[in-house]
Amino acid sequence: MAELAYLHLVRAQVRAQAQYRLSFLLDAIGSTLFTTLDLVAIVVLFRVTRTLAGFGFREAFLIATLAGLGFSVSDLCAGNVERLRTYVRSGLLDAILVRPRGVLPQLMATDFTLRRVGQVVQGAVALALAIRLAHVRLTPAHLALLVLTPLCGAVFFGSLFVAGATVAFYWIDSGELANSFTYGGRTFTQYPMTVYGGLFRRVFAYGLGFAFVAYYPGLLLLDRRDPLGAPAWLGWSSPAVATLAVGLAVLAWRTGVRHYRSTGS
Amino acid sequence: MDHGTATSARPMWPRPPVPYRTFGALVSAGFRRYSTYRQATVAGIATNTVFGFLNCYVLLSVAAGRGGSAGGYAPDQLATLVWINQGLLATVGVWGDTLLSDRIRTGEVVSDLLRPVHPVITYLGNDVGRAGFAALTRFAVPLLVGALAFHLRAPTRPATYPLFVLSVLLALLVSFACRYLVNAAAFWLLDSRGPLMAWNLAATLLGGLYFPLRFLPGPVLVALWLGTPFPSVLQGPVDIAVERVSPPGQVAILGGQVGWVVVTFWLCRVVQRAAERRLVVQGG
Repeated sequence: MAELAYLHLVRAQVRAQAQYRLSFLLDAIGSTLFTTLDLVAIVVLFRVTRTLAGFGFREAFLIATLAGLGFSVSDLCAGNVERLRTYVRSGLLDAILVRPRGVLPQLMATDFTLRRVGQVVQGAVALALAIRLAHVRLTPAHLALLVLTPLCGAVFFGSLFVAGATVAFYWIDSGELANSFTYGGRTFTQYPMTVYGGLFRRVFAYGLGFAFVAYYPGLLLLDRRDPLGAPAWLGWSSPAVATLAVGLAVLAWRTGVRHYRSTGS
Repeated sequence: MDHGTATSARPMWPRPPVPYRTFGALVSAGFRRYSTYRQATVAGIATNTVFGFLNCYVLLSVAAGRGGSAGGYAPDQLATLVWINQGLLATVGVWGDTLLSDRIRTGEVVSDLLRPVHPVITYLGNDVGRAGFAALTRFAVPLLVGALAFHLRAPTRPATYPLFVLSVLLALLVSFACRYLVNAAAFWLLDSRGPLMAWNLAATLLGGLYFPLRFLPGPVLVALWLGTPFPSVLQGPVDIAVERVSPPGQVAILGGQVGWVVVTFWLCRVVQRAAERRLVVQGG
């Protein structure tokens, strides 16, 4: 029965958002275009140079679209969790907490943003195009990887959205801070890791795990060795990394909710 | 724009649209208001810094892939460009908010219209104050981090400094006017999310945040500079700062910005007048 309640919440949201029709339409087109921006940027960059840190356009485009689709799916399902901070500030979270349903699923359902469906479609089309461009051989292993990678990417970014939102429990005005890891993480993941250097690469690629979302699976699909010297089997590591991310996100969420003290409104 | 100000004697010289003291008070109110959002400022600085590292490494890889420079920018110019862009994002105020459009939807805008100062001037005063605080925090800190982590290029011509400051001021004016227009769309649409999205998209992509506009084909570049206000917001000040163009080129950029300030503020005035008439029709 619980699922039915969430379904009602989602349906109410969809109906409400379709009320301002012109604005909704512009909004949907806008958010789809926004996710295309990163790909446009890559196309423009490769107009200027033939290789980017050892990767050609077709290879870089495949990595970018693998990351992009994963992110779009997570943005559709969990991206709205970032509204948590407005709920904490306004005290609306109290109302959500007293309802006999899970807090996190309620948040995801109440703020379900229909316009983000366009992003997922765009992401899937771009990935299909990239697979053709890069001449990926469609062996069973590669097919499995093509399904697994965006899915695990979505789970990974979803965990980031949730973990990022929990900052609001401690720091009401944290606003953009989570963006640097969610949206910043997406952009980071869309480029080959060889682009980055120094401490920045070590922290983001390996410390936070962004390298395992699209780069290593991408290398496996392209039948390329890692110029940074990592073994090829890392291409299969994204499920493990995603699972770890979920575990940490759940831990952060539980700690956050327990820490929550109403603003008193 | 003598909006409601009482005039008894004929002025001896053209009066400013609002007394300097009033405008000064609005600016300082904006400054103080945004200086209280301390957590948000720290969070914003962190975000700008992360994206600065990201863009910097990407553009340096592009230059390395070409074996030196890209789009006529040397590597140190590219790095400087990235960090100034990140600093200007919040200072110029590229990402729009829905402050005014929310007030239009709820009807609170009526109290803005009752004030003896033109609403465009009121909001501008606040925005200048906001930008002043952002310049001290969100411009300065990321630029400092960038300078520590990468090899940045200081201007070689002393005149570049005042030209850059002037250019940032003009960029702020263009950006403010565009954001005002986007919000004013709510007078007709009752909601400005769509136009806001379009502005955010255009101002960042066509303003040169993701890549310098000189990476685009020549005719596109010319069309953007002449036909849209977007390059005036980020690319203009940045090109002046990294001295991508000669001194006459820097002055030409400033000239273009002045042109866009005039056009966008004229539009603000026209739109505001039409909107006020429309509000009366609605009985608001």
